[in-house]
Amino acid sequence: MKKSKWRFWLFLLPALISFAVVVLIPMLIGFFYAFTDWNGIVGSGINFVGVQNFIDIFTRDNSFLHAFGFTASFSICAVALVNLVGFLLALLVTQQFKGATLLRGIFFMPNLIGGLLLGFTWQFIFVSIFEALSKSTGWSFLSGWLSNPETGFIGLLILTVWQLSGYMMIVYIAQIQQIPESVKEAARIDGANGWEMLKGIILPLMMPAFTIGLFLSISNSFKMFDQNLALTQGGPYKSTEMLALNIYNSAFGANEFGFAQAKAIVFMILVAGIGVTQLIITKKKEVEM
Amino acid sequence: MKTATKRKSGKQTRKIVYTLTGVFLGCLFLFPIYILVLNSFKNTKGIFTDVIGFPDAATFTSQNYPNAFEALDYIRSFGNSLWITVISTLLILLISSMAAWVLVRYKTKASKFIFLLFAAAMLIPFQCVMLPLVGFASRIHLMNPAGLVFMYMGFGTSMAIVMFHGFIKNIPEELEEAATIDGCNSVQLFFIIVIPLMRTILVTVAVLNVMWIWNDYLLPSLIINKVGWQTLPLKTYLFFGQFAKRWDLASSGLIMCMIPIVIFYLFCQKYIVKGITDGAIK
Repeated sequence: MKKSKWRFWLFLLPALISFAVVVLIPMLIGFFYAFTDWNGIVGSGINFVGVQNFIDIFTRDNSFLHAFGFTASFSICAVALVNLVGFLLALLVTQQFKGATLLRGIFFMPNLIGGLLLGFTWQFIFVSIFEALSKSTGWSFLSGWLSNPETGFIGLLILTVWQLSGYMMIVYIAQIQQIPESVKEAARIDGANGWEMLKGIILPLMMPAFTIGLFLSISNSFKMFDQNLALTQGGPYKSTEMLALNIYNSAFGANEFGFAQAKAIVFMILVAGIGVTQLIITKKKEVEM
Repeated sequence: MKTATKRKSGKQTRKIVYTLTGVFLGCLFLFPIYILVLNSFKNTKGIFTDVIGFPDAATFTSQNYPNAFEALDYIRSFGNSLWITVISTLLILLISSMAAWVLVRYKTKASKFIFLLFAAAMLIPFQCVMLPLVGFASRIHLMNPAGLVFMYMGFGTSMAIVMFHGFIKNIPEELEEAATIDGCNSVQLFFIIVIPLMRTILVTVAVLNVMWIWNDYLLPSLIINKVGWQTLPLKTYLFFGQFAKRWDLASSGLIMCMIPIVIFYLFCQKYIVKGITDGAIK
């Protein structure tokens, strides 16, 4: 079949134009802005400052480094918990008992609700409900939530587990259902008990899903913004500020657009680096399995 | 015989354990929503004095919903969210499927390079383009709902093209060749032959985009700056700034914002779950 060149470009053009205008060109301009003192105010001049913004990230303003530390430790905990809970939920709802399908729906639902609504909802739970529970039970650890970095951290973690584990559950259910019944039956005839079955059959066959689950949850928690903004707003005193919010505040709070853009580029390198490494490591493991 | 009954009763106990665990976890997951619903029917005093218990005669009110409805300018915000989500999703589906089709069918260097560009862009976090985009958008008059739709197109194409690309690769080309011989032109070929074959993947990508665009807060907050243009998430955020400590209004407002999503979920559960699974595996 003869294929005309004009058809190729004609069909490609709408996608290419919107992609170029919205992603590609801003991205390239962004690289330029990262080396300037751009303040985002229309009409004020833009001066080239070299790599000063990148030096400043490590010297002048330590909020980005702090946000990185917070985001990293948050992501490690969130990834571990979300995947563990998601996997356990998947194991539970793939058993045969009444209400298993309904439970699937319930566990998954928080996922559909936007991060902003979830953040506000949990703010109410942590601040008002926990306080009331603390008063009625006398448990002091339920008092003063979100007013210090520790409870801010745990609060974000609880929200994230509540929101994302249903998502991971769906991913893991799909994989569990692909394990052939005959393999499980054979193991059962050989006298494998529940734990041996899990360790010897289910876990190894789940590896491809774990790749996906880890990748999804790490990029989700590393890039988290809405939940952070709605739950703690980074407070108290920027102690629970994550990377995305830090960049946002640098730009719209302090009007340092050039500096924020430099941070954004470092952020992109981190996100892309994590994503690619993760994919390479887990893909390798799958082959060995 | 004895072992058989033993095994049977073991199975029974296991079922009970599963059910109990399930009920417990289900309640735990629903707890935040339950608390919101509960407090959305209390007045300020009721929330202040007893936030956990049921509302009684002195604290019950049904006024929160109408009040929050008005404060959120609900019909208009809902309408804005709805048309922006629907139009953006349809346009993303259209332009991405067109692009993905030719990117698969033309095996040239340019085609490969462009596909790689789209795929690689999925690694770019939004924060990286947000500032230049806003600066740029204000200059070319994109700071309005139409501009927002255009931006969703630009951000949405990457993922959509990657997913369509993977799908179209597995559609044999013979059908298209036969149709060409029968006299189909490119446009007919695409809309009559290719699009119907892509039904399942179109639904999957549509679901993923609807969920993203409907809930998106950051992009509209940067682009939309006029009262009357605001989407539901945007209005919710402003509403919270205004009524920070008014949990009677806030709880009912939050519930009203969640209802459309829950309804969407109930009607499209099958497609959403499929979309999530397929989307994750890509």
